[in-house]
Amino acid sequence: MTATQDIVPQTQNQAEDLENLNRVWRHPRGVLGWLSYTTHQAIGMRYIVTAFIMLLAGGIEALLIRTQLAHSNNTFLGPDHYNEIFTTHGTTMMFLFAVPMMEGMAIYLVPLMLGTRNVAFPRLNAFGYWMYLGGVLFLYWGVFTNAAPDMGWFAYTPLSGPQFTPGKRTDIWAQMITFTEVSAMCVAAEIIATVFKMRAPRMSLNRIPLYVWSMLIQSFMVLFAMPAIMIASSFLLSDRTVATHFVNPAEGGDPLLYQHIFWFFGHPEVYIIFIPALGFASAIVSANCRREVVGYTAMVLSQIANGFIAFGLWVHHMFATGLPQIGEAFFTASSMMIAITSGVQIFCWLATMWTGRIRLTTSMHFIYGFIAIFALGGMTGVILASVPLDLQAHDTFFVVGHFHYVLIGGAVFPLFGAFYHWFPKMTGRLMNETAGKLNFWVLFVGFNLTFFPMHILGLKGMTRRIYTYPPEMGWDQLNMLATIGAWIIAIGGLIFLANVFWGRRYGTVAGNNPWDAESLEWAAASPPKNYNFEYLPVVTSRAPLWVPPEDRTFVTGLRNDRREVLVTTLMDAEPHHRYVLPRPSIWPFLTGVAVTIGFIGSVFDAWYITFGSILTGICLIGWFWPSRPVELEP
Amino acid sequence: MRTARVALMLLAGLFVSCGTHQQSAIDPAGPQSENIAGLWWFFFWTLTSIFLAVMVFMLWTLTRRHRGIEQEPLEIRHAPSPETESRINRTVAGCTIATVVILFVLLIASVGTGKSVSELANKNNGLTVDVTGNEWWWHIRYQNSDASMVFDTANEIHIPVGRPVQIRGMSQDVIHSFWVPNLHGKRDLIPSHVTTEWIQADRPGIYRGQCAEFCGLQHAHMSVYVIAEPESKFQDWYNAQLEPAASPSTPVTQHGQQVFLNNACIFCHQIRGTTAGGQNGPDLTHFGSRMGIAANTVPNTKGNLGGWILDPQSMKPGNHMATIALPSTDLQPLIEYLESLK
Repeated sequence: MTATQDIVPQTQNQAEDLENLNRVWRHPRGVLGWLSYTTHQAIGMRYIVTAFIMLLAGGIEALLIRTQLAHSNNTFLGPDHYNEIFTTHGTTMMFLFAVPMMEGMAIYLVPLMLGTRNVAFPRLNAFGYWMYLGGVLFLYWGVFTNAAPDMGWFAYTPLSGPQFTPGKRTDIWAQMITFTEVSAMCVAAEIIATVFKMRAPRMSLNRIPLYVWSMLIQSFMVLFAMPAIMIASSFLLSDRTVATHFVNPAEGGDPLLYQHIFWFFGHPEVYIIFIPALGFASAIVSANCRREVVGYTAMVLSQIANGFIAFGLWVHHMFATGLPQIGEAFFTASSMMIAITSGVQIFCWLATMWTGRIRLTTSMHFIYGFIAIFALGGMTGVILASVPLDLQAHDTFFVVGHFHYVLIGGAVFPLFGAFYHWFPKMTGRLMNETAGKLNFWVLFVGFNLTFFPMHILGLKGMTRRIYTYPPEMGWDQLNMLATIGAWIIAIGGLIFLANVFWGRRYGTVAGNNPWDAESLEWAAASPPKNYNFEYLPVVTSRAPLWVPPEDRTFVTGLRNDRREVLVTTLMDAEPHHRYVLPRPSIWPFLTGVAVTIGFIGSVFDAWYITFGSILTGICLIGWFWPSRPVELEP
Repeated sequence: MRTARVALMLLAGLFVSCGTHQQSAIDPAGPQSENIAGLWWFFFWTLTSIFLAVMVFMLWTLTRRHRGIEQEPLEIRHAPSPETESRINRTVAGCTIATVVILFVLLIASVGTGKSVSELANKNNGLTVDVTGNEWWWHIRYQNSDASMVFDTANEIHIPVGRPVQIRGMSQDVIHSFWVPNLHGKRDLIPSHVTTEWIQADRPGIYRGQCAEFCGLQHAHMSVYVIAEPESKFQDWYNAQLEPAASPSTPVTQHGQQVFLNNACIFCHQIRGTTAGGQNGPDLTHFGSRMGIAANTVPNTKGNLGGWILDPQSMKPGNHMATIALPSTDLQPLIEYLESLK
């Protein structure tokens, strides 16, 4: 399309190289073959599609909630169904949509942006997806058998304990957490290893794209946050299934201990969701403002600071439990600090827009919407950091409004921007821009109509998680407004879906780099080949594709007759050694099935832990069975 | 600018209009909530101005957009001059410093308000009321150093105007949260913990509150009234509560008392002065004087009471009150009896 792309070195045996690459990286055939895929594009796309289906499921649940709350004394849903639905909505959106979606986008984009052929551990990557799918199927099996969790996505004890929620609902929830933990840890390990060791030569740490930085930070946060929820859900599960005494006050356990551990995970979880979205925003802003983002170092440092501070403010979820004043002051201050690091990033984007030349694409619309909504969510966040104000606003619809502003505004708007931005890379065709802008406006209006009134409702005393309210409270009109807004959001979702299906079929053919963006993924074909790049690029700038074509260099000398990649050094990305990635394998899938049997079974009978472990052991032997040296294999 | 001002006033009006309703965090009726509401308006105006400034700047960037992309080659990139770059870097740094300063001011205001709110509690002429959360009602106990002056009631707290009252929060089952927004912020009621909060009403009135921590099926129907009365009226109520239940004086109410005492009611409910001493449900000694039924789910009328006794599950599905099939010849006297317990 332009002169900046498709420049590759002319070597003598180019045709042979290509043929070898195509053969070596070919997907295995058949159903068993499909279950054996290990390329990052395929696994990433599976995450994205599954997580999108979960977004739709969570969205339908949100519509049911809003319909029930449309007016006072509504009987559309009874208390039992309402509790199941709001718990499933929160659980789905946090654990099965937001985090996996961000992970899926990263698995798809990070190797491309780093100029390599796959993630560091392709089989682990495949296994992580099967674990995630196991969690999805387990929770929704519960939903369709009247065993959806009904104690809130935070599952506070003792309400979630054996005494007050007997049956299997809470067990299913807690074990679903285990599935998503395993999956998230797999992805975090993948991303960290890939970013540290598999970057294109000379892509030193201060040259990696801001999006990759955000995923690196997010992955470290996952490593530190997930063990906390693992402990919380294990305490809960063992209290429920084998009558231990960790967090059950009837047995001498402490319910506040559970809250501390849960929120030590729960607050970083929010940043685990929105830090990748900040990376999307940086990528979209630089591509559409035709310049690099202002303040690269400031952006990176403030994201790292975000990651650290995230672990120091969990107690602001627990102000109402009563705390000494010095503790309150500490957690108020740490919570407010987030406004500084987030503020720096917003200032940098605005400065980029101010000094750049903005191309007002659909993805750029979503970035404007993101800044507006996220800024307002940040303001209400500062309000909630203040202990006296939080004691009034806590557990009311003010908080519901606040976190939907930061999570939908801070994560979902950039995510939709990212869909419009990278859709051509993933499918080879552009979505319709006019429909895209309509999509944006419908979502933006619907969103604000739904969630702005909630702040006022909260101040008027409307508490969270109530299935109905009496007419004399004066909450009817604002609730009706919010419900109308929710249905408008649903229309926005339908426009998006229609645009996706239309774009896949009839969209303009994109070419490699439709936005003339600067990062390496745009040098690959659209959609990328399984091996991403015919010749791995060498990087000499933060904006490798904005370097004049004649100054670009490439890696030669890698073998193309096996899945070989280049391992580079941590800081400066100097070439270190060649590394052969494993071939596709059915074992990650089988191991996933074995672990799933163990996890699901153990909720019903402790013997399944033994049974599942034996099966998993057998599968791992198959997984790690040494294969012959890979020399020109079929 | 004029439209902006009108818009601002409309925005503020949206919030102020909340004040006319009964349950509201920014219609303060006591010193604690008044302090908090003052802090709220300080935060509100500061943060709204910052938000509007950011929005104005953001929309301003749109005027600098790259017009007519169709006419110009796509790959044109914008490289501002080094002077522009260093100016924009300085601006970003300046905005960051301003953010830090503003947050510091807000932090000091917040901690200061927190401190002054808690200092309102340092008075010794207060009442102590124990509030124990139950699924899904409030057990209320007026504490006194003299054990004969301790009494129980439910779902309704009477307080004298102008006197600080200490609420000691406990829970019988799961975590609940006591919240009467017109008087103070919320305080969780946690099993095996005791939490405290001081409230005070400066105006007589009936202030509604409800459970703020999700506590199961009927979390929505767990409300409480705080009734602030002048000192003398409060004393009358207090002295009346100390008395055991009035003996039934008519044949109908006498029959009603027998119905109560001969049925399962006594396993859960206490009526002081009779043999009914159950502790699992609300104390009914002065039931007839209370405003609501089933944790104020419905007003206390004879019709509602009959419906509640006959079929508690339809009014408040999932609640723990047993359904007792009573013939109408027993139901009517029972209602008469309970309503006579003023």
